[in-house]
Amino acid sequence: MFISNLEFMTGKNVTKHLGLVQGSSVRAKHAGRDIMAGIKNLFGGELTAYTELLTESREEATERMIEQAKAVGANAILNVRFSTSSITAGAAEIYVYGTAVILDGLD
Amino acid sequence: MYELIITLILISLGYFFGHRAEKKHYKSIIAREKVMNSLPAIASRMPPQDGAYDQMLVSGNVVIANDYFKMFVAGLRNLFGGQMRSYETLLDRARREAILRMKDEAKALGAQAVFNVKYETSNISGQTKKRMPVIEVHAYGTALTKI
Repeated sequence: MFISNLEFMTGKNVTKHLGLVQGSSVRAKHAGRDIMAGIKNLFGGELTAYTELLTESREEATERMIEQAKAVGANAILNVRFSTSSITAGAAEIYVYGTAVILDGLD
Repeated sequence: MYELIITLILISLGYFFGHRAEKKHYKSIIAREKVMNSLPAIASRMPPQDGAYDQMLVSGNVVIANDYFKMFVAGLRNLFGGQMRSYETLLDRARREAILRMKDEAKALGAQAVFNVKYETSNISGQTKKRMPVIEVHAYGTALTKI
């Protein structure tokens, strides 16, 4: 599966557009991490626990998008966009969407 | 009285460690940027048309927090208005760090350039007590690798 946030693929033609595919994931972290983050907050700097959490969350959302694209028979997803929203205290939603397409000359 | 003492201790701790951490971070950012200069991140949507490239989505993210001292200073600044330097440097550091992480990923793929770079900034401070500023910056783009 090719994933790209450009609108086309260099040297390959889009033979069919299959519409929008999307994936989302809402995650919260456990209390221990939250306390550590609170301490870290005094001194400033990177909150590694949160960085990891959001990276995992994005990977999961992308995974879901890919599943959906496979289900409609696509071999690439173009023009991918991410968006983040904090919906409630302790949780953030990661949303990823793109256009599923069939490209020429790809397996 | 005790509260005042505790607050003063927190402010001085924040100043001491926060200042040091920021200096260190800037030093490391500048050093790594020099290394990564050979791999440009480009905001253009049009990839070069000379030959075929492999395209792959790459991204980097960082969650960063302000220290207690800067938060206190920003609170004062809020009264009079004007430029909030402490937040500016925070966001500057976060953006440059996110781009560097994205480039790291692209370099691992052997890419020549990263196209259509987008930034996404979100405030996730709703999750901590006292609404301390916690900011996430996510940078993503398409790494082009010559086939």
